[in-house]
Amino acid sequence: MDDLIKEFLIESHENLDRLERDLVELEKDPHDKETLSSIFRTIHTLKGSAGFLGYGQLEAVSHVGENLLSRMRDGLLVINPDIAGALLATVDVVRRMLGEIESTGAPEERDYSELIHLLDRLKDGPGAQSEMAVVEAAPVAVAAPVAVAAPVAVAAPVAVAAPVAVAAPVAAAAPVAAAAPVAAAAPVAAAAPVAAAALVPVAAAAAAAPEHVEQRSSAASDSSIRVDVSLLDKLMNLVGELVLARNQVLQFTSQHADSAFAATAQRLNLITTELQGSAMKTRMQPIGNIWSKLPRVVRDLSASCGKEIRLEMEGRETELDKTIIEAIKDPLTHIVRNSVDHGIETPEVRLERGKAAEGCLKMRAFHEGGQVNIEIIDDGGGIDLERVKQKALQRGIISAEQASRMSDHEGLHLIFMPGFSTAEKITNVSGRGVGMDVVKTNIEKIGGTVDLQSQLGKGTTLKIKIPLTLAIIPALIVTSGGERFAIPQISLLELLRLEAVNVSQQIEFIHGAPVYRLRGKLLPLVYLNRELKLNKEGAVPAEEREVNIVVVQADGHPFGLVVDDINDTQEIVVKPLGKQLKGVGCFAGATIMGDGRVALILDVLGLAQQSRVVAEIHDRNSHLDSAVDARKPQDEKQTLLLFSAGQGTRMAIPLSMVARLEEFPRSSVEYSGGRPVVRYRGQILPLIKVAQYLPLVGEQAAEDQDAAMQVVVYSENGKSVGLVVGKIDDIVSEVITEKRHAYGNGILGSIVVQDQVTDLLDVHSVIRASDPSFNPGKGTPSAAA
Amino acid sequence: MVESNLSQMMASKQFATFTLNSLFLGVDVLKVQEVIRYQTMTRVPTAPAMVEGLINLRGQIITAIDLRLRLDLPPRPEDQLPMNVVIRTDDGALSLLVDEIGDVVEIADGSFERIPETVTGVVRDLVTGVYKLEGKLLLILDTEKAANLPMASALTLVSAKN
Repeated sequence: MDDLIKEFLIESHENLDRLERDLVELEKDPHDKETLSSIFRTIHTLKGSAGFLGYGQLEAVSHVGENLLSRMRDGLLVINPDIAGALLATVDVVRRMLGEIESTGAPEERDYSELIHLLDRLKDGPGAQSEMAVVEAAPVAVAAPVAVAAPVAVAAPVAVAAPVAVAAPVAAAAPVAAAAPVAAAAPVAAAAPVAAAALVPVAAAAAAAPEHVEQRSSAASDSSIRVDVSLLDKLMNLVGELVLARNQVLQFTSQHADSAFAATAQRLNLITTELQGSAMKTRMQPIGNIWSKLPRVVRDLSASCGKEIRLEMEGRETELDKTIIEAIKDPLTHIVRNSVDHGIETPEVRLERGKAAEGCLKMRAFHEGGQVNIEIIDDGGGIDLERVKQKALQRGIISAEQASRMSDHEGLHLIFMPGFSTAEKITNVSGRGVGMDVVKTNIEKIGGTVDLQSQLGKGTTLKIKIPLTLAIIPALIVTSGGERFAIPQISLLELLRLEAVNVSQQIEFIHGAPVYRLRGKLLPLVYLNRELKLNKEGAVPAEEREVNIVVVQADGHPFGLVVDDINDTQEIVVKPLGKQLKGVGCFAGATIMGDGRVALILDVLGLAQQSRVVAEIHDRNSHLDSAVDARKPQDEKQTLLLFSAGQGTRMAIPLSMVARLEEFPRSSVEYSGGRPVVRYRGQILPLIKVAQYLPLVGEQAAEDQDAAMQVVVYSENGKSVGLVVGKIDDIVSEVITEKRHAYGNGILGSIVVQDQVTDLLDVHSVIRASDPSFNPGKGTPSAAA
Repeated sequence: MVESNLSQMMASKQFATFTLNSLFLGVDVLKVQEVIRYQTMTRVPTAPAMVEGLINLRGQIITAIDLRLRLDLPPRPEDQLPMNVVIRTDDGALSLLVDEIGDVVEIADGSFERIPETVTGVVRDLVTGVYKLEGKLLLILDTEKAANLPMASALTLVSAKN
């Protein structure tokens, strides 16, 4: 397609958008000359360009529209719903023609005479005759205020390039003399005497100029250029590559001590970061761009529903990445339609309920915490929770039991379920049962969230949170099952770390499902390695080592993701997964790490959904009920540390009670207050010889002074003791089924491990016996966390 | 490997060939982006088994599919490292893991035949036809079809049907 025509199309689409917005504006304030002139200018530009490019029909249609407008501009007609409707219809027709030009190269030959006649008829107005007479005698006084806009408008067709140039008020004001003859040639200005047009602008335009400059400052700047979006996309991709390369260089730097290299890398780091920010900015667009369509939507809809609705917008300058803007366009329109159709009541109902007849639909957009928040607030009837539940029941989306258990919040969110609609009657607007679920899916697809609040009779607020951009995001890198994964920062809440010794106490189980008490609330835990079936053979089961919990949020529900290690946060470049992996729900994409390897980006929402489906349910088949096991789920495998206390007595401690295993040479033993101690990690570690506290058969083995002591370190509340044992044999993990109850005397009981009878050491009583001040098992476990 | 028939040069095609278990396969040379050695992969947990992993090809992330599993052939012996045949598909590049890379062969259309009805299974679905070469048969792989994995959830159903 010809470049010129392409430019014309792009520009005209923009102009039409503005035209629509201005028309609706004008309807509200019929005497706003500023808006009227803007409309006039726009349609005039369109006509001029269409004529220039030889689109006769397009020119004809815009010409009659312009005629009508010129009468309005001359103050001979005042906008009314008929006129507004006809002009909007013109916009639609023009838009269709542009679409045809775009797809086939030329508008199809159609009969637009009806629209043309309508516009013509409206032009003549109800009192056409008398007004016509006035025109003939057009006094300067009448023409004068109109003429203020005239030179500006007339300049339009000459400068085909852009409305930007056309609107430049300063330029228009300067060549006053030049403007005059042009104005005379324009059919519009026919009524205005040339002399008046030439004289008036000098003063009037000068006065109008500052106002103009303010309003059009963004559009009027000559310093902007049009850039193809695909070029920006490419630029963004390249910056993404650069960020990756930067990450690799930085990783490399950490392994080398060359200061010159480090400084260069640092500079590269800074420049890349800045470049990334700037490149990102080129793709940013104000949300107002998509909001501009909404006044028309609301106007048409409310008219067809017989409602009176005022649309308020706040924060239309809030900027978002272009791809995101595109992605939220349709969902936003849908939400607005929904609010108008279902939300806001008819004037009669509103008056009955003691509200103003005119409903208010408010849209707000603002930045917060690296995200964009969009709120759509209506003061309509709100959502009737009971009716929502009823409908959901009727449609078989939920069961009666679920309905009764549901919280209000969950109930409201039913409207996001597929196939749901509460509309009493299906209108052409909404109520077909497809809609809010699609809205939600679309917003979640770009990493956003939707929340809903509603008060019956008061109104509904829909809150959307979306990321600023999709291309490069901050993420937390974690390791699980030997693989690295990135968790987008947007879904992160906090990080927790439970020391191994506390794990068994702090992770509790509800019918097989692990939970953690986070500040008094139950946090369901999801083991990433189990969820992704990553379990490597020989790895220590997650319960017996320290536990890293990444608290994330999906769909408003926090849950804990248990991972092996938390590495660091990084800016990552999101790359989509191939279509072969579309069916895999747990990943949102992949990225390349500093070392050049690929890491997967977790889709927290998908993960949450999956883990709910495969909730673990264990059989309760074991009956071990000793003091130690009371804290553990009875059906879980126990991991035990096996050791000999001396003389072939095999003993066991639950591994969860073991902080560390250490070896000390006997020479390192010192004495404090008569008790054996060793210096250990900057602390004094009291030693307890387990054998002394046990009723062992036979004599104790003579201590071999050369052999190192095997010590099991037990920690609680920041205090540690070392249990000196004879020999550490093994760590086993099995379900203990056979057991015999306790003796007391430091032994909890006997169990059968690996076909051998093994005594279970009562760690707490042994420690108490040795040092009464150390009161294990009684302290608050959380204090040690 | 094969004597190109000069008289039929005009109606001939070039294929990049490779072996897979006992099969001798080829893909249209224009579909092949490049052939690279085995790369370390990032596994994709919970993905279908035939998805071997992801590789970083100069900043591009590419899915690698084990063509043996895709074609329902026995898995490759552990000690044998596969080769990546990176092909272009409508949805971007994709790596097919094969046993060994063969030559690029130029074949006249005359020796082409459709795959016999007696061939069953996934191989039948993914092979467009056979070229009769001297001493062996070259099966032509439909890369677009090969790139279309059966849906993960329906995977078992599909294999059961076949």
